[in-house]
Amino acid sequence: MRTRQSRVLPLERSVLPLSPTVDVTLGEVAAALVLVALAAAVSLWRRADLERDLGLAVLRSFLQLTAVGYLIQAIFDSDSLWVVAALLAGMVGVGTLTARSRARAVPGAVWPIALALSVSAAVTLGIVLALGVFEPEPRYLVPVGGMVIGNAMTAAGVALNRLADEVRDQANRIEAALALGATSRQAVAGLLTRSLRSGLIPLIDQTKTTGLVSFPGVMVGMLVAGAEPLDAVRLQLILLWTLLGSVALAGLIAVSLGYRGFFTRAHQLIDHQA
Amino acid sequence: MLNGVDLAIAEGATAVLGPSGSGKSTLLRLLDRLADPDRGTVRFRGEDVRALDPLALRRRAVLVPQLPAPTPGTVADNVCYGARLRGEDTDPARPLELAGLGPDYAGREASRLSVGEQQRVMLARALALEPEVLLLDEPTAALDPGARGAVEDALAGLAGMSLVVVTHDRSQAERLASSVVEIDAGRVVG
Repeated sequence: MRTRQSRVLPLERSVLPLSPTVDVTLGEVAAALVLVALAAAVSLWRRADLERDLGLAVLRSFLQLTAVGYLIQAIFDSDSLWVVAALLAGMVGVGTLTARSRARAVPGAVWPIALALSVSAAVTLGIVLALGVFEPEPRYLVPVGGMVIGNAMTAAGVALNRLADEVRDQANRIEAALALGATSRQAVAGLLTRSLRSGLIPLIDQTKTTGLVSFPGVMVGMLVAGAEPLDAVRLQLILLWTLLGSVALAGLIAVSLGYRGFFTRAHQLIDHQA
Repeated sequence: MLNGVDLAIAEGATAVLGPSGSGKSTLLRLLDRLADPDRGTVRFRGEDVRALDPLALRRRAVLVPQLPAPTPGTVADNVCYGARLRGEDTDPARPLELAGLGPDYAGREASRLSVGEQQRVMLARALALEPEVLLLDEPTAALDPGARGAVEDALAGLAGMSLVVVTHDRSQAERLASSVVEIDAGRVVG
């Protein structure tokens, strides 16, 4: 693996120090299969019966990542923001269905989740572009957008899943509040707060311990690719902080809209048997 | 739950008597529009409840649920809850007294009280809205006999207020109400 770094023109660094490029040959990739062979040997020796799964995992990771690599290459080559927007919309779609499956107990959760993912992605990408943190190029928009949408998906799914649990556990208290003339939103105010918190806390904790417990992926990738450690750290900080904003927004939108699925327009808790 | 019910409830204290699962609670929830019937009409003082603002209706006819479900906070927080929903404030002393709880209860944590005391807190917070009608769903089902007596005494002291009391206990129905409606298997039987 050879790293080429643009040491010639250190002043020419743009906003982001993404100067290093890496050449990885197929031979080097194939060499890593030795480690898969080690795993297969362990499986055979201990009769864990995982050889078939290991083989399938290797094959699938090769095919999927290669396909994605060509796709991203094509998007970079097209240099079209429309193509980027279409790709991000596709990510929002897949992310919505994934979060929906986690929040199955929330009636009509698809639209709150879709809005949470698309608005948080649009707003955070818009802000980092407006502030000049990233250039409006596919090279930045695709990976950063993917991270934002992926994290928003997890936060929205966790928050709504918690909301469904809370509504089920607190149904008697919710209906007792409705019986005093509370709106459905007033009746679930405390639950919304707790659900939002549970959606945000994983990323906040991860951000607190970053670098102590584990190295975040972008930083690892940049270090391996030959970037200066402090450059890698700066980019990682930008991404972590961007994610905090987008995840907070996604969680807020998901619970603020998602709770409505449990109520009728007449502020009745749906399907509650007292 | 309910089927073919044709029922007019007069002013004053009415008991709805029936075994558990007979649809009594559903009847109360329909009156308060916490649920809507699949067919038919529920009227409150002559008006179709679907034509009324459900939040206003629930403050005029306040339902006290079968199981106490106080909001987190003190007894006073609970008694003032209904008023604060509209940004108003209220003095908890009088509703507490009507519910048979002394003023020293106001500062206590509602969730730490006994079930019987919590049930009276639920009654006090309903009374704090000064409703036209109280809808009581098995007000003493979760209580031991001593606590049951205290809640019944509190209810008996609400002279002049219209009550609809759902109960499976015939003697309680007769103690609390001047008229008794019996329902069974979702139908009015007497």
